[in-house]
Amino acid sequence: MMSVDPIITIDEQPTPFQPGQTILEAALSAGIYIPHLCHHPEFAPHGSCKLCSVVVNGRSASACAMKAAPGQEIEVDTPELHAYRRTLVQMLFVEGNHFCPGCEKSGNCQLQALGYEFEMMTPHFVHFFPNLGVDASHPDALIDLSRCIQCELCVRASRDVDGKGVFALAGRGLEAHLIVNSPSGKLGDTNFSISDKAAHVCPVGAILIKRVGFAQPIGERLYDLEPISAEAGRCAVEEA
Amino acid sequence: MTSADEIVAAAVERRRGDPTSLLQILREAQEALDWIAPETVEAVAAQLRVPIVRVQSVLQFYSFLYDKPRGRYRLLFSDNITDQMLGSLDLYEHMLKRLKLKRGEVSPDGLASVDLTSCTGMCDQGPAMLVNNRAVTRLTARRVDEISDLIRARAPLREWPADYFRVDDNIRRADTLLGGSFEPGKALRAAIARGRQGMLDEMKRSNLRGRGGAGFPTGVKWETCRNAPGAEHYVVCNADEGEPGTFKDRVLLQTYAPRVFEGMAIAGFVAGAVRGFLYLRGEYQFLLAPLEAKLEAMRRARLLGSSICGAPGFDFDIEIHLGAGAYVCGEESALIESLEGKPGRPRIRPPFPVTSGYLGKPTIVDNVETLCEATEVALRGGAAFAGEGTKRSTGTKILSVSGDCERPGLYEYPFGVRVSQVLKDSGAGDVAAVQVSGPSGVCLTPDEFRRHIAFEDVPTAGAFMIFGAHRDLFDVARNFSHFFAHESCGFCTPCRVGTALVRDVMDKIAAGRGTRYEINELMRLYELLRRTSHCGLGQSAVNAIHDTWQKFRPAYEKRLSWRDFSPTIDLEAALATTRGISGRDDADAHLGAEP
Repeated sequence: MMSVDPIITIDEQPTPFQPGQTILEAALSAGIYIPHLCHHPEFAPHGSCKLCSVVVNGRSASACAMKAAPGQEIEVDTPELHAYRRTLVQMLFVEGNHFCPGCEKSGNCQLQALGYEFEMMTPHFVHFFPNLGVDASHPDALIDLSRCIQCELCVRASRDVDGKGVFALAGRGLEAHLIVNSPSGKLGDTNFSISDKAAHVCPVGAILIKRVGFAQPIGERLYDLEPISAEAGRCAVEEA
Repeated sequence: MTSADEIVAAAVERRRGDPTSLLQILREAQEALDWIAPETVEAVAAQLRVPIVRVQSVLQFYSFLYDKPRGRYRLLFSDNITDQMLGSLDLYEHMLKRLKLKRGEVSPDGLASVDLTSCTGMCDQGPAMLVNNRAVTRLTARRVDEISDLIRARAPLREWPADYFRVDDNIRRADTLLGGSFEPGKALRAAIARGRQGMLDEMKRSNLRGRGGAGFPTGVKWETCRNAPGAEHYVVCNADEGEPGTFKDRVLLQTYAPRVFEGMAIAGFVAGAVRGFLYLRGEYQFLLAPLEAKLEAMRRARLLGSSICGAPGFDFDIEIHLGAGAYVCGEESALIESLEGKPGRPRIRPPFPVTSGYLGKPTIVDNVETLCEATEVALRGGAAFAGEGTKRSTGTKILSVSGDCERPGLYEYPFGVRVSQVLKDSGAGDVAAVQVSGPSGVCLTPDEFRRHIAFEDVPTAGAFMIFGAHRDLFDVARNFSHFFAHESCGFCTPCRVGTALVRDVMDKIAAGRGTRYEINELMRLYELLRRTSHCGLGQSAVNAIHDTWQKFRPAYEKRLSWRDFSPTIDLEAALATTRGISGRDDADAHLGAEP
């Protein structure tokens, strides 16, 4: 006898899921895109960017942090949630210094791609213009701290995968910022290496590998070729 | 070995090298060193065998830990709206002038620094401040003069007049809890006599609901914790009373502490926990030594420790953890993070602490008042307890009344009391508004004063701030917006960025440069924060602005410019640098004054 997968409903579409999956995971495997920034399939749910905010049975929830359960009626693609997500992306833009034409991550940047996804025409809010500086002390990588969006992907990768704990967030509120694990506070004085997982998970242009910034020409990069929402289609194909 | 190394070594030794005590170790080191220098950070990291970033992230999270020199006398004026209404800002300016300082600046000789801090829980006897984390109450211009003289004479705090540090209970209306007699050990013996299951049954019969504001049934919480798998269970008393305008737990801990501790032990008895923590907010450090002494007395009387009251297998003891200035730690999962020696960032819930709390183990987190009430249930039984109050809100509630009234202080009533009754009893005259349950609560106007304090009508964690007809409710809402921007933990995008945006919009309106556009922005941010923030702090951070815009519209409108739009950047002011560089100040170098 075949077992029947349990079902959730996403925007009125019945969607099967595997027990233990989060709503976000279930959606992506079914080819349904839910925007996200701080989620990474290899790490535990984090839930800080709030771009995956959805409505589950009438109540707000983060799709990356909530487990799928039978009977959930989930709203994802509504004008209201779309507007919230655009505002959240605008908040991330004005909180840091994100000037796409001058950033070597342009085209591979998830924040930029989400700006396009949500038809963001302006940053809307007044820029805070943080001045956190650039740490270029490491021979192979640099950090532009004013571009960090505090998703903690590098924090989690370094701690949970690399076993190094190179990164952490410090400070509170808008003062919160990325720090690195050395007495000098410089990346060059840590045991960070570009073979670390943490060197390759930054969704924006905060952690950059040196000397390869323009190896791939602008115009031929991931989000130059397809929208960020195409990720859902890829996830579904990989699992099929 | 340097002295910093020795001080850290002693603190680490006292805490048995336990990294979950990181926050406590930093606090103790700072007591001796006045601030946490980079070499102190390295010493702590090395001796606890934790990464430097772990120490840094804790150091930079808590307001009362300093990674830069802050002066040997560190003065922090309470910036709650009730302190402001008592004249705190003039006294603060006066202190800055007397010590020849600017805000946040340290005097060149390293003697003193003066700054503002969130509500210190002395609203009934303000204006208040903290000096090196010790509370000073009832500030006057004269007292500020005396204190600045003492500082300049470098007098140690122990030589300052004791009256400065006097903290009164100000119990104005006592009911069952505050007025009842209490014989040490009696509640514990009553619980033991009822048995673990019997006591739990009484808790459920009492329908006692959490007094921290959320109102979750306490008996159900205890039962869920007891039934949750896990070798160890824990009981945590949430004494991080940070909601501005609330000070009832301060009184309970100053005068009713044995009841709080017995309530914790009863929770441990029911849930099978042997360790309890009291998480005491840093502002109440003055209570630490007396509370430690009371714990010691209870241990001697066999009311804590092993085989409590001679009951075999009833083992329970309590440790006190001190916070360090972070309102968000009042949220139960942030509090647990802080107890574990980390920054107080709220966790993803579920799982809730009852199944996965301290160190991932089942943990009961209850408010101070709730645990006090548990002793009432033990003594009188659930049915008698449920006989007071309303059907859905049983028992009594303690209100912290402050603001424009003749008799600020604690008022205990059976649930269901009308707001108007509290106003009458506290001697409040011409009242424009009452903010119930603090900045995250609700703003009531006179046509709502007939409403009842109860979970089913006006729920509250206890704050009851009264604003007379002469007060400007815009100023109140603006004060709250600064509070939330300061206290946001920064974890989630909407709260981290949103509370700062809201604060800046309120400042723009205050400067007379706001338009209808700004009001629309505030309402849009209200919806976004309410719907998408990670925890209650962000979800409720714009409540007061939403309420006061609905109910006190003229206070906003009188400040609005009737243009369609006014830029946030003041172009005239922005040109000042250019004028300075070019040495010009003629009419053509100005845009003309803003209207």
